[in-house]
Amino acid sequence: MQSKSTPPPLWREEFSVFKNDERYVSRRQLTKFLTLTSMAMFVGNIWILIRAKLHGKAAPLPVSPVAKLGEIPVGGVKLFQYPQAGEQCILVRTGEDAYVAYSQKCTHLSCSVFYSQESRDLVCPCHEGHFSIRDGSVLQGPPTRPLPAVTLERRGDQLIAIGMTNTGAD
Amino acid sequence: MFGYEFYLDPSRCIGCQSCLKACEECETHRGVSMINFDFIDRPDGIATAAYVCFHCEDPTCAQVCPADAIKSDEDGVVQSALKPRCIGCANCVLACPFGIPKLVPEYEQMMKCDMCYDRTSIGKRPMCATVCPSQALAYVKPEEMAAMRRDKPVNTFYFGEQKIVTKVYMMAPAERDSVSVDVVDYTWEQEDAYAV
Repeated sequence: MQSKSTPPPLWREEFSVFKNDERYVSRRQLTKFLTLTSMAMFVGNIWILIRAKLHGKAAPLPVSPVAKLGEIPVGGVKLFQYPQAGEQCILVRTGEDAYVAYSQKCTHLSCSVFYSQESRDLVCPCHEGHFSIRDGSVLQGPPTRPLPAVTLERRGDQLIAIGMTNTGAD
Repeated sequence: MFGYEFYLDPSRCIGCQSCLKACEECETHRGVSMINFDFIDRPDGIATAAYVCFHCEDPTCAQVCPADAIKSDEDGVVQSALKPRCIGCANCVLACPFGIPKLVPEYEQMMKCDMCYDRTSIGKRPMCATVCPSQALAYVKPEEMAAMRRDKPVNTFYFGEQKIVTKVYMMAPAERDSVSVDVVDYTWEQEDAYAV
């Protein structure tokens, strides 16, 4: 029993013994909420699709130097930022004359992947996601999409990043 | 509901137990009677009393329910515990000052008189009131009751310091406005005078 001086606690208001004062979410309310939310998401997706169709392809990515040839040893890595500052990428020298570069952001939950010398693949330490060093595809773990790959070009003794593939936009 | 009120008059109870049988017939809880039937002082007399739930305005049973299973609806009828919620803790059984709720072990659920809500909500009379031959349990309009009885219907009860206002009326002597129960005195038991 509540004494008259103290107001009833919040839980008592929410779970009132009187049916009329209850604040439950009814099945109908929940169904309405789910339906409207799904409809809103559907409309939003349609809008995104239409906008993508109308605007066509995005502007080409910038061309930026990544490293000098021979700057890193075979099996070594270099981190760089591409296509803009803050977008961390990883360059790996897989052979005497072979270089690959991928976005360092794991496609699962955006942890930073690293190059594992032992397994010769890119590993995400958060949830044991493994990506192939050859094309960035998923080898094991929770990620479902491949790592975005940086397209490299050799100009003289410079490695130049000229674009990205597997970004999800192409 | 529909202008009818429930009146209890234990002094008119003749102990026929028709109400128990009628209550058992109800299809919402067939075989289990929700009437509280007492022999007042069995060794010394034959007086009996049949009670239904008093349907308190601020039901103590619902207030103490930890599972939020007991609800008072818009008509002021306190319903049986909701089956999906009731955890069978018997808090309500212990808390009710009238001793109305019953824990049914087979169902692990509290069940109590809901004033035949399936009937009264559509204007019919509760099962017990339809069969009571002495109208110790009566479901009539207030003016009819006033015309038939000398007693005064009261619905205010004091249990120690707890004041309870109920939906169901109890017939009391005309000069009384409320019924008080001295809880300590009521729970006192004398030495076992009838020990064999």
